[in-house]
Amino acid sequence: MEQPKIRVTLLTGRTIEQGVGKEAGKGTKEYIDATSMCYMDSSDMKKLGVKNNTNILISTSSGSVVLKAVKYPRGAMPGLIYIPYGPWANAICSSETNGIGMPSFKGNPAFVEPAPNKSVLTMEELLKSQFGR
Amino acid sequence: MTVVNSVTCPVCGCLCDDIELTIDNGEIVKVKNGCSMCESKFLSYKNEHRNKTPLIRKDGKMVPVSYEEAIHKSAEILANANYPILYGWSSTDCEAQRVGVELAEEVGGVLDNTSLVCHGPSILSVQEVGIPTCTLGQIRHRADLIIYWGCDPWSAHPRHLERYTSFTEGRFEGSEWKSYINKVKASAGKKKLLSLGRKGVLKHAPEIIPETSAVAKPPETLSKQGRKLIVIDVRKTMTAEIADYFMQVEQGKDYEIMLAIRALVKDQELDVDKVGGVPVEYLQELVDAMLNCEFGVIFFGMGLTQSVGKFRNVDVAISLVRDLNRRTKFAIMPMRGHFNVTGADTVSTWQTGYPYAVDFSLGYPRYNPGETSVTDILLRKESDAALVIASDPGSNFPRKAVEHLVANPLIVIDPHMNVTALIGDIVFPTAIVGIEKAGSAYRMDHVPLPLKKVVEPPEGVLSDEEILTRILEEVRIIKAKKMQEAT
Repeated sequence: MEQPKIRVTLLTGRTIEQGVGKEAGKGTKEYIDATSMCYMDSSDMKKLGVKNNTNILISTSSGSVVLKAVKYPRGAMPGLIYIPYGPWANAICSSETNGIGMPSFKGNPAFVEPAPNKSVLTMEELLKSQFGR
Repeated sequence: MTVVNSVTCPVCGCLCDDIELTIDNGEIVKVKNGCSMCESKFLSYKNEHRNKTPLIRKDGKMVPVSYEEAIHKSAEILANANYPILYGWSSTDCEAQRVGVELAEEVGGVLDNTSLVCHGPSILSVQEVGIPTCTLGQIRHRADLIIYWGCDPWSAHPRHLERYTSFTEGRFEGSEWKSYINKVKASAGKKKLLSLGRKGVLKHAPEIIPETSAVAKPPETLSKQGRKLIVIDVRKTMTAEIADYFMQVEQGKDYEIMLAIRALVKDQELDVDKVGGVPVEYLQELVDAMLNCEFGVIFFGMGLTQSVGKFRNVDVAISLVRDLNRRTKFAIMPMRGHFNVTGADTVSTWQTGYPYAVDFSLGYPRYNPGETSVTDILLRKESDAALVIASDPGSNFPRKAVEHLVANPLIVIDPHMNVTALIGDIVFPTAIVGIEKAGSAYRMDHVPLPLKKVVEPPEGVLSDEEILTRILEEVRIIKAKKMQEAT
């Protein structure tokens, strides 16, 4: 059977958990937990058949990354996914600066599919795979 | 045990200066008045993720070295580079930033700060259309309409509402804290009723209406007396939950919506039913609330600067405020993120004439974001060395830009081990500004505030300012030697 896959709009941004984590240190569990996840609307999760706190694969033209899907706790946002700023979000963010220096951190198309058998890379694994360090 | 009052918090652009710290045996043990990010910073300054000694990458491994060796090596890299970049600056004090400008000029590099990936587009707009703004004190005492557009202060600037806007007791405008408490109680009661209804305990259970992303109608209370809070965003944020009115708009449609609002402010009719997913009648009610206020303010964030349109979104927001000022009093302010990103812009401007993306490669400052911005330089693979201070582009730049950062010598100055430090070639530990080093910083409304030194830095650890000054001295020696050899 073919894996379900949906097209969404990718947003990246701040959350209070990411803020607390970054101030404590970017190697802390708080920071890593807060940035290696992705908020999704419950209707989109239903379409994909993914449960809360299970892994998904997000792909854009810039790359792909496995993250933990978390149901967005406030209101509905169908068709949008929200990843807190961090190295995992940057792995798939567009580098288009439109000639003014600002990369496109919000509003890029992305595809999401369930990834129950893939694991979220640790910070070290992610950096090693991307930059060899 | 001593208590230090009126400490300025070195976390976000709010620069709350009412923090009370309890110091015991030379360590901070208690934080009063701060938000969760403030507590996290003041209480974890000594944790295991702190950089303790300078490190240099040798044969792929980071090896501890002396400050002298790391400073000499960094100076060599910068002095011998053709086109180095000096990026970051937003989490350090103005004193270190000033030395940074001197160093960038000396090595003929590019000086850029984190405005680039936050409010750089806002700066471009301000340079085009100006900005009608004010200080946060004016807003605290006088503003009766607060609009947060594309930003979520509850998450990124947690005490912004409490100190400067809706929940502050101003001289002419009161706090809306009580109405917020009532709203929370009503919402908790509603949730309880729904839960009992689901369990079948209630005889007349309330109807469960699933939440949708459809825009809600503005409530009657939008015309009430006193402070009103409106949030405009693409998703229901924490701030949206407590707002008097939350307008959920379609992603990437801010420009159209603001143009429509501008037309309505000018009493023009629109011949469409909806703009950006919002019915025009709702926009009209929003405009009525804007025109009927005594003093309104729009705060905006990354929702405008990072979405499609970028600086054009800010252009139209500022133009809207200019239009509103013909009918009432209105101001607009960007929600600056890092505690001294405003200082980085300010210091760079009074030293070079430009706020960010300043290129010294021709011997004089040039400014052309898109060409001289660090992200574009990295994406075009033009730089041949980098110094990153008080920021973490490894975490906050797109992967392709970071790839070129890693491909060349990378010097990192940061108190904590962050992603950039993990992939760097030379890492300097440094004293935390605002905790272990005194200095000055600019609040998001351009008010300069002093930062206190409350505890001693770890033994032997230097401050950003000292490290930069010593690198600069060393660069000058290397350059003088080169000059001598050439003549």
